[in-house]
Amino acid sequence: MPYTYLDEIAIADVAFEARADTREGLFVEAGDALMNVMVENLGSIRPLVRRSFHAQAEDLERLLFEYLQQFIFFKDAEQLLLRVSEVVITQEAGVLGLTAEASGEKIDPKRHDLNADVKAVTLHRFRIQNEPDGWTATVVLDI
Amino acid sequence: MTVPSELRQIADAVWELPASWKPGMRVPARFYGTKELVERFDDGVFEQAANVATLPGIQKYSFCMPDGHWGYGFPIGGVAAFDLDEGVISPGGIGFDINCGMRLVATNLIYDEVEPHLSRLVDRLFERIPSGVGSTGFVKLKEDDFLDVVEQGARWCLKNGYALSEDLELTEEQGCMEGADASKVSHKAVQRGYNQIGTLGSGNHYLEIQVARKENIFNPELARAFGITMPDQVVVMYHCGSRGFGHQVATDYLHILLDVMERVYGIKIIDKELACAPFRSPQGQDYFSAMKCAVNMSFANRQVILHRVREVFSDVFGKSPDDLGIRQVYDVTHNTAKLEEHVIDGQKRKVLIHRKGSTRAFGPGMEDIPKRYQPFGQPVIIGGSMETGSYLLAGVKSGEQTFYSTAHGSGRVMSRHSARKKYQGKKLVREMQFRGIYVRTASLRGLAEEAGGAYKNIDAVVRASELAGISTPVVKLTPIGNIKG
Repeated sequence: MPYTYLDEIAIADVAFEARADTREGLFVEAGDALMNVMVENLGSIRPLVRRSFHAQAEDLERLLFEYLQQFIFFKDAEQLLLRVSEVVITQEAGVLGLTAEASGEKIDPKRHDLNADVKAVTLHRFRIQNEPDGWTATVVLDI
Repeated sequence: MTVPSELRQIADAVWELPASWKPGMRVPARFYGTKELVERFDDGVFEQAANVATLPGIQKYSFCMPDGHWGYGFPIGGVAAFDLDEGVISPGGIGFDINCGMRLVATNLIYDEVEPHLSRLVDRLFERIPSGVGSTGFVKLKEDDFLDVVEQGARWCLKNGYALSEDLELTEEQGCMEGADASKVSHKAVQRGYNQIGTLGSGNHYLEIQVARKENIFNPELARAFGITMPDQVVVMYHCGSRGFGHQVATDYLHILLDVMERVYGIKIIDKELACAPFRSPQGQDYFSAMKCAVNMSFANRQVILHRVREVFSDVFGKSPDDLGIRQVYDVTHNTAKLEEHVIDGQKRKVLIHRKGSTRAFGPGMEDIPKRYQPFGQPVIIGGSMETGSYLLAGVKSGEQTFYSTAHGSGRVMSRHSARKKYQGKKLVREMQFRGIYVRTASLRGLAEEAGGAYKNIDAVVRASELAGISTPVVKLTPIGNIKG
């Protein structure tokens, strides 16, 4: 699994660790890990509508935070379940920029096997690590 | 779980960690609970209560209530008072779900009258009060109208036909915190919340039909004063908050305050989730105004749900809500910061009280509780797990030791993931039905995460609150119907 849920970090909530070879891939996996908390079968989300994610930040951790918040925003504001298949990260004058194309569909409890709602991405133990064998992110979500 | 060796018992169900336990602590930390409960606190509780004790302007103690467990920044169950000039305000001392709270509503029906209609009643409530991931409510508003809701809270509901004036009188802050300023909340927060009024949410949010069994009425005088007047009386209790709006307000200000905390105000960051700013600073005041908007959104949310409850009971029993005696007992907040007057070292002072997963529990005679409850103390509603029941308590004079704060629920002891491995949703529904509890849920896995075994024993939490003298039990309420997000 490119992401796993960590059992004992967050008793009342959900923590995950995502892994990928590249930082862009790490963002894709982390997005799926967040969405998978709310929807049991990610394959049930059909790519019927598209939304563009844009974010800027001074460091990679903050950029991931802003990116993950967008899934929560569209879930509440437009009742959309979204997945991202490609992320582009740029760097200009010390500022990181992110663009991602997300696709998905409106929540339909008849079609989507729903779990718990995610309220927020927390900063508790929030961490990105770049090691020789790839990138890892640890994230705790408020439920 | 390791209890720090420096932890000393100082009274029945009260324990203290000295300020010398961790560098930077300005005051000791006090923990409420019997030996059994305190020994089961997770390590994070001690660490986090100690971190809170390092914040500038904290008064007397950093508290943790008997249902305490690990949170973000403050522990859940954390209570702290701050001086208005020297002290801070912290979103981590309030929580992401601002004014998540409980409402208790009495009826004049008894169990035997409700039991034949129970499944229809619960099914109708489940249909009419949306719950679960991304659910939207029946009150259709434009974004601009929503700004009125967040500034006016339950008063907006009264103006728009979703409340009786008595409901407001029987709500903490009369359902509206003064000074809410919608210009201090982001457009994103509005977009996340404007269509969610009248929804339960998910996680540990629920609505229950409960019964006050004769043997569970511990204090008949207080029970009568609060409207529980007969054995087997049926009541409705629910737990929900400010939904996506409040979550976004908290998230926005966590970052705004984190940015200025050390850079502008020189406050050392121990834990990013403990981000804060001086209460009197522009950022501190902006957050306070925005937080009040989320508090008001939550009061409006629970008020609109009460309107739905009245409609459904009326439909199912073919009588008016008035004939069914549907009357709010009280509505309490959990996650807030409020200005209150307390006696500190012999002097009456106005301080900023953060309560995170804790209920205000004002004693008899105190201002700010409804006139009719003045001789008795404030009603305190403590929600237990969906299997084990909940409590109605009252505030007491000796609650001054915690700035009149007590527990708010059972407190989790098992992670959501472990609960899902241990319990199966479908089986749980069958088992609960066998025990006389009819359940409807938006998510069977979500239901499994909320199994009774995932929580502390509610009786032990209430017993500890009573032993310590921070609230007194009135009635235990047994669930017979439950809707869960």
